[in-house]
Amino acid sequence: MDWILPDINFYLLSPEIVILAFALLILILDPLLSRKTKVLSAHLGWIGIVLAFVFVVKLWNVNQTSFNEMFILDNFACFFKFIFFISSLLVIFASINYLKQENVFHGEYFCLILFATLGMMLMVSSLNLIVIFLGMEIMSLSLYVLAGFRRYDLKSNESSIKYFLIGAFASGFLLYGIALVYGSTSSTNLAQILLNISHSGFKSSYMVWMGMGLIIVGFGFKIASVPFHMWAPDVYQGAPTPITAFISAGPKAAGFAALLRVLLFAFAKYQLDWSVILWVLAALSMTIGNVIALSQNNIKRLLAYSSIAHAGYVLVALVGGGEQGQSSAMFYLLVYIFMNIGAFTIATAMGEKNTDLDNYSGLVTRNPALGVIMAVFLLSLAGFPPFAGFLAKFYVFSAAVKSGYMGLTIIAVLNSFVAVYYYLRVVVIMFMRPSQVELKPVSLPFFVSLTLFLTLLGTLWLGIFPQAFLALAKSSFLIVF
Amino acid sequence: MDSLILTIVTFLPLLGVLIILYIPRVYLETIKTTALITSLVTFLVSLYLYFNFDLLLSGMQFEIVKDWIPALGINYHLGIDGISLFLVLLTTFLATLAIFSSWTSITEKVKGYMISLLILETGMIGVFVSLDLFLFYVFWEGMLIPMYFLIGIWGGPRKIYATIKFVLFTMFGSVLMLVAILVLYFLNHTHTGVYTFDLLQIYKLPVPLGAQFWLFLAFALAFAIKVPMFPFHTWLPDAHVEAPTAGSVLLAGVLLKMGTYGFLRFCLPLFPNAFFDFVPLFSILAIIGIIYGALVATRQKDVKSLVAYSSVSHLGFVMLGLFALNIQSIEGGILQMINHGISTGALFLIVGMIYERRHTRLIQDFGGLSKKMPIYAAFFMIVTLSSIGLPGTNGFVGEFLILLGTFKSNVTYAALGAVGIILAAVYMLWMYQRVMFGKLEKPENMKLKDLNLREKVILIPIVLLIFWIGIFPKPFFDRMEKSVQSLLEMAGAKYEVSIKKDLDKDLCLKNNPFKIDFCEIKLGGEMEGKVIIYTIPDCPFCKAAKENLETRKTEYKEIDISENPEAEQEILKLAGGKRVVPVIVEGEKVTVGFNGV
Repeated sequence: MDWILPDINFYLLSPEIVILAFALLILILDPLLSRKTKVLSAHLGWIGIVLAFVFVVKLWNVNQTSFNEMFILDNFACFFKFIFFISSLLVIFASINYLKQENVFHGEYFCLILFATLGMMLMVSSLNLIVIFLGMEIMSLSLYVLAGFRRYDLKSNESSIKYFLIGAFASGFLLYGIALVYGSTSSTNLAQILLNISHSGFKSSYMVWMGMGLIIVGFGFKIASVPFHMWAPDVYQGAPTPITAFISAGPKAAGFAALLRVLLFAFAKYQLDWSVILWVLAALSMTIGNVIALSQNNIKRLLAYSSIAHAGYVLVALVGGGEQGQSSAMFYLLVYIFMNIGAFTIATAMGEKNTDLDNYSGLVTRNPALGVIMAVFLLSLAGFPPFAGFLAKFYVFSAAVKSGYMGLTIIAVLNSFVAVYYYLRVVVIMFMRPSQVELKPVSLPFFVSLTLFLTLLGTLWLGIFPQAFLALAKSSFLIVF
Repeated sequence: MDSLILTIVTFLPLLGVLIILYIPRVYLETIKTTALITSLVTFLVSLYLYFNFDLLLSGMQFEIVKDWIPALGINYHLGIDGISLFLVLLTTFLATLAIFSSWTSITEKVKGYMISLLILETGMIGVFVSLDLFLFYVFWEGMLIPMYFLIGIWGGPRKIYATIKFVLFTMFGSVLMLVAILVLYFLNHTHTGVYTFDLLQIYKLPVPLGAQFWLFLAFALAFAIKVPMFPFHTWLPDAHVEAPTAGSVLLAGVLLKMGTYGFLRFCLPLFPNAFFDFVPLFSILAIIGIIYGALVATRQKDVKSLVAYSSVSHLGFVMLGLFALNIQSIEGGILQMINHGISTGALFLIVGMIYERRHTRLIQDFGGLSKKMPIYAAFFMIVTLSSIGLPGTNGFVGEFLILLGTFKSNVTYAALGAVGIILAAVYMLWMYQRVMFGKLEKPENMKLKDLNLREKVILIPIVLLIFWIGIFPKPFFDRMEKSVQSLLEMAGAKYEVSIKKDLDKDLCLKNNPFKIDFCEIKLGGEMEGKVIIYTIPDCPFCKAAKENLETRKTEYKEIDISENPEAEQEILKLAGGKRVVPVIVEGEKVTVGFNGV
């Protein structure tokens, strides 16, 4: 009798296990904590993330698969896990005072953030469509709950329901796509799909093609690219501000990572087809996102549309393709989480009642530091040097020019020109208009200051001394077999 | 020291910013003094560049090259030549005056104001000293931010409109330039296999003619908006009128020069063919700018917007000079950049001084001021005359050289351009007359005080410079000459004229902008595969052509025709009866220079 040793390597899973353990620990401990000690669950949350971070650092350059290729640990996955950890960490820091202030400090908040992180981690380190789907569901379900975390608030409820319904819809698309691909290639393993596609001539190609299209649609919802972006503004506006920051950072990066892996591994043969689709999505996302953002009067909605536009820029990098396209997309996402979470943190500090742009008028006189830091984030989002946003955009555009997509590059740069207007509009309101509303100076508690410090540091450091991070992104692009 | 000096000059103002950040904002005097000292020290340090500048070198001096982002081939590469030297000095000079001029006029948010001015100074110097396209772009764009705040926070009633217009106009041009920079980067990689943004490396790249057209347009649009050339000038009057005095001074004095500097530093040597093809268009736009700017200036009611429109006119002169493409006109153009910086900067300072007293700039509100403010009137007169270009002042030297050079290449352009000088006299003198002479009628004007010590200290160095350049401009030209010459040679060596075999060789001569360009003639197959270059000793164009071949990694055989009579006959055959060098034979392609032997 042959005994086949199961292909199991728990060591590769150690970061996931740490995150899961801490999530469960918070869940168990939370009911035991009194009102005063409740903040412990937040601390457990970030400690767990830091621990998992250490494990991922140890796993850097390991490059192994396990669980019958259900799980893969390459530098690509590690890089994205760093991104998720950074975003979750920043969001936890930004949330602590916010939750107290909004009177919804519950331990499960942090537990759900950890679960969402876990889902994202699974999404990026799997070679199997089913596991990718499962990861996405873990992430999405946690986010649905988080979006509705301000239970008493109608907008928050609306946000949660809307996110859930459209998210379920997106999952349906994705599953249907997976089913079609499975039907024609009889596998859910990405490598196997590629192999079967290249072996089976034309017969199955239409079905695979449709499956691929539906998978792109499914991920298109997650990354909020036009025309699958309709949910984003309402969800962003209604969700608690730190969660909005979270949704626009981590899950988006996870969606891109999974999309990239699926397209490059399974559908490498159809690169010409999917790059046309992504070309269109990129052009639409940038243009529509930026143009609609011009007329927004709510900071969260404005940042929502800006985040749609930024998804477009990342898609430009994916269209550019190749090693440079990948590493520029990764670098872009890394930069994006810093500046975007930074901007949202300031929106958090301003409070849920002050999300209208009018409330930002004269901010710089009420709190000069806050105004200046917000200006840095906005200018970075707009792509002004020497902030990181500029370098990230520059790198993305260079990837597109390199692959010869001049038309798309010109659309992209013109879009970043349009975007300057609405980012500067906020700066105008903060710096050049007298305060229209009588407001107290905005106070900055410790954890908010810490978040702002970290995001500001990232925005400046990645813009001025990006060499190490560029090298990191370059060394972690997907190795396609 | 020599390699560090540019870094020090560029970033000294930032050091001042760091210090000011730690001064509480209620200590106004301390903040102002720190800013002034910082900018003064920067100016004094930058004088080192002037005194240690090697007149005999044509290349870059005080260079520093360090890896910055090697992953993308981006270097920290600074250096100056005779073209940028004076622009750097102008920047540090005007920045000091600008800070000093804001002493009493800025009362709100002084800390932010001084920080913005100092960051702006770093950005402006950075634009002129960077020799890496990426670094250049960082400074070029980054400098917008402090200027945006300066106009938007401390500006006049329509400040928000003006500042957003300024940023959007500039941004529109520069995003397309960014794409062009990337295209150059990849063209250079295809050609040499090296990823680099280093300007001096990319200079050696022969850009394909088809690409030159578009790349030139992308760069030129960014620069033309900044200059600003007609019809992209509409942001300028708004920005000038709304900006605080110091902002206007730096805007007119330095920022506009970035556009003209860009044409000279990037467009000409990188895309000589396209540059030459666009000479008629840009010359005509420059002339329209000269005349239109002057005519509109004549009709202005506000002194500041009069000066703003006069800038459009003066910058038209500079552009005309640059596009006349000979040594005199380009040297004149560079000098005129400096002159305009000094004169117009001074005009804005002078207008600022009266605005501070009267809180109006309308010409009709003044009249007869010379009776109450004789010293002011004297300074104003000198600066006005310098702006008109009276002999003995700096403006005359620049304008004269520009017209002289333009006359050489196109008489019509020169004649039309000269009209601008007459018009300048009309609007400036008329304005001066209405403000300074006549009866002192308005009661508000009766109480005006003449210039105080601080204001005199600001204006005296300007007047000294006006006369120095007007009477003895030699030190300036000495430093410029080698650089301008080598710039033209480099452009000439890269310039290619393609004609078909059956066309007359004289046609090739006619299409000969630099007097040193090359003709391409298709020849029979017998020469295929060999690269031969016919030269004479001590010919800079032959040297440039050889360098060009070396960058293309082509092996070649050099024949010195002064020692070889047979080769001379060969040249006569190849070049259609003309005795010229260099002649390059590459397979079927013959490239012929026109440096007559």
